[in-house]
Amino acid sequence: MALDDTKKTRDFKVVGTRPDRPDGIDKVTGRARFGADMVLPGMLTGRILRSPHAHARIKRIDTSKAEALSGVKAVVTRADFGEVPADVADVMDNCMAGDKALYDGHAVAAVAASSPAVARKALKLIEVEYEVLPHVTDVDEAIKPDAPVLHEGRQQETVPGGMSANVIARSEFGHGDIEVGLKQADRVVERSYRTAATHQGYIEPHACLATMGPDGKADLWVCTQGHYMVRNTCAAILGMEQGQLRVTASEIGGGFGGKTVVFLEPVALMLARKSGRPVKMVMSRSEVLRATGPTSSTSIDVKIGMTKEGRITAGFAELRYQGGAYPGSPVDMGAMSGFAPYDLENVKTVGWDVVTNRPKAAAYRAPGAPMAAFAIESAIDEAARGFGLDPLEVRLMNGADEGTKASYGPTYPAIGLKATLEAAKSHPHWSAPLGENQGRGVACGFWFNFGGDTCVSLNITPDGTVTVSEGNPDIGGSRASMTMMAAEELGIPYDQVRTIIADTGSLGQNEVTDGSRVTFAVGLATIKAARAAKTEMCRRAAMVWGIDEEAVEWEDGAARPAGPNAGKFPPMTLKEIAAIASNTGGPIAGHHEVNAEGAGVSFATHMVDVELDPDTGSTKILRYTVFQDAGKAVHPSYVEGQFQGGAVQGIGWALNEEYIYGKDGILQNAGFLDYRIPVASDLPMIDTVILEIPNPGHPYGVRGVGETSIVPPLAAIANAVSAAAGVRMTQLPMSPPRVLAALQAQADG
Amino acid sequence: MVEVVLWGSLADQAEGARKVEIKAATLRELLDGLGEKFPGLRPELKRGVSVSIDGRIYNDSWFQPIAPDSEVVLLKRLKGG
Repeated sequence: MALDDTKKTRDFKVVGTRPDRPDGIDKVTGRARFGADMVLPGMLTGRILRSPHAHARIKRIDTSKAEALSGVKAVVTRADFGEVPADVADVMDNCMAGDKALYDGHAVAAVAASSPAVARKALKLIEVEYEVLPHVTDVDEAIKPDAPVLHEGRQQETVPGGMSANVIARSEFGHGDIEVGLKQADRVVERSYRTAATHQGYIEPHACLATMGPDGKADLWVCTQGHYMVRNTCAAILGMEQGQLRVTASEIGGGFGGKTVVFLEPVALMLARKSGRPVKMVMSRSEVLRATGPTSSTSIDVKIGMTKEGRITAGFAELRYQGGAYPGSPVDMGAMSGFAPYDLENVKTVGWDVVTNRPKAAAYRAPGAPMAAFAIESAIDEAARGFGLDPLEVRLMNGADEGTKASYGPTYPAIGLKATLEAAKSHPHWSAPLGENQGRGVACGFWFNFGGDTCVSLNITPDGTVTVSEGNPDIGGSRASMTMMAAEELGIPYDQVRTIIADTGSLGQNEVTDGSRVTFAVGLATIKAARAAKTEMCRRAAMVWGIDEEAVEWEDGAARPAGPNAGKFPPMTLKEIAAIASNTGGPIAGHHEVNAEGAGVSFATHMVDVELDPDTGSTKILRYTVFQDAGKAVHPSYVEGQFQGGAVQGIGWALNEEYIYGKDGILQNAGFLDYRIPVASDLPMIDTVILEIPNPGHPYGVRGVGETSIVPPLAAIANAVSAAAGVRMTQLPMSPPRVLAALQAQADG
Repeated sequence: MVEVVLWGSLADQAEGARKVEIKAATLRELLDGLGEKFPGLRPELKRGVSVSIDGRIYNDSWFQPIAPDSEVVLLKRLKGG
């Protein structure tokens, strides 16, 4: 459904306002039920035994002593699952190791017991005989020909012969001729960059509660970004029919991409199947960090050619992302997105997907893009500053626009990159003075956004209020957005609509809440469902008035005769039509099911001021402003929150967060004391500027906003720190020791 | 005939061609035609791709129409978080 061409200058009444969030009261009063809040009579505690080795062959597991312990009701190892379909084989192996443990924290067995204490004791009674193998956790080490190999036979046909089996795939994108472009340049910047693995850092750990009856019918309550994905994956792993497993999504305490896969859920179901009792599993923070998806750590080489006027003549990047223990790092997304903000004649990126002895990387908000942007935007900044050019002007000069052939292939329709740059240039932040040891950085970012399978059911109650059922967990305000779009379309007040997240038995298939898809795709389905209900209500009014249904239109929450020839009848409101629904044919509802395609790409520009402490190397964020195209901001406060959240997570990624592995391959900082995410006292207020360049693929012009905001911060902060330090920072995080070392190296000449 | 742009490493599996012509009026015909004409592309097609048609991204809509003069670009399967 394209942007409404019937009302190009639509005068929104609800969309664009800032009503109270529907989940606010529940969350501040503690009434909201998160993953760990569900309880059932007779419930057991499930716990996982995890590998203490980074890489080890599992020679033997003896669970007999654990099984004999009083209070233990079930013990599960990989042998309980048997063969699983190929498309879930890696997921299965990540949930419960097979022949080998592939990383520190890899699950090897699980128990269900009558209490947490008994479960802990039972884990200690499980005997695992390991043959410890050499390991590798660094991406550059893993690609060496003599590196320890995790898997044989997984390399794709895209990888040239002779490379380590840890190199799984190669991809290449771009157009033009890099060598020709470099020859046209007055300056070539060539640098290597590294970023650390970081965790999504959601506050709520993974948790679920599983039950399964003797007839094989099962229920699962879980905190997830996609309960339909959980259903389908678990059903495949456990050999169940999807219709026999009903999954209900709990309230969710953050996901950011990390809850788009399963970890505990198949194990909890297997424990429930074996024990015949409900089984609840809740991860500790240490388990979350050791065994759920962080993002990739990366190693990236960049070459940028630029004329003295600031025109980029060539852009090249070679990106190596380690995706943890299984294939599938987001290097393709990095390779496709890094140069996407620019209109370049000669551009090429090469991506390498590499496995290492780390937990399997999971999606993290615009997966793969922030690291690529860090490297490429740093090199562009260095080239511009080398000529004494304004880095914003250089980006405007080279910025992509409608008609630009993107670095990843397509030609852009109307896009908002230059609008964000112009807004940044005219913002007071850009011209504010800086003090000693302070620096300012800017960077641009891009994300694709997408749609996918979506179902919405909209029901008119007898009293004329409205319920909307959608199938995507609300991780960023979607209940408010759907409520607003339904109210807008029906012409009724916001508080007359309530949106709920339905379980998997109540709607058809819904894609995971990811890809910044929900406001776009579920919003589109909500609008269509509301329009279906309006059509039906117009038909009911026509019946009452005794006129053709085509002679009735819907306006301001009521059916009305479409014109003077239709007859003179007073408007019939939604409430009036609902009250007589039984008399006019029965209940009234609208629904819509669609694979929503046509999501619009999104761009952002970030600007940040920092101050360095030359004695400690610590960095303070002084001021931060986000400029981003939202297409149409349905609820501006949530849009601003997405902008701010992306910036804050980017600040953590840039300055502090880092998976640190010892030489033994063991994670050294598996807790929030040693893995430091930003807290409120670290941060200034993040200012936001919303641009609205409508997406022609959505009736209200909506674009996704949840991911783009984490793409520019790494580079923007690196550019600011580099400006303040007078030395180019090429490795993240820019932690105090690293900044201090750079300052010292510069002082030493 | 529809002209399809392939990404660099995919071109290696299509006898080096960065642009190929396929007789197709829908997305499904396009993907089937690509696999038939260039068997080397089949593994990547099986792993899943996204397709840009005139600047809009499509994943699985088999019967999405493609006009003969459309700009069609094969993309790696998009993943989000």
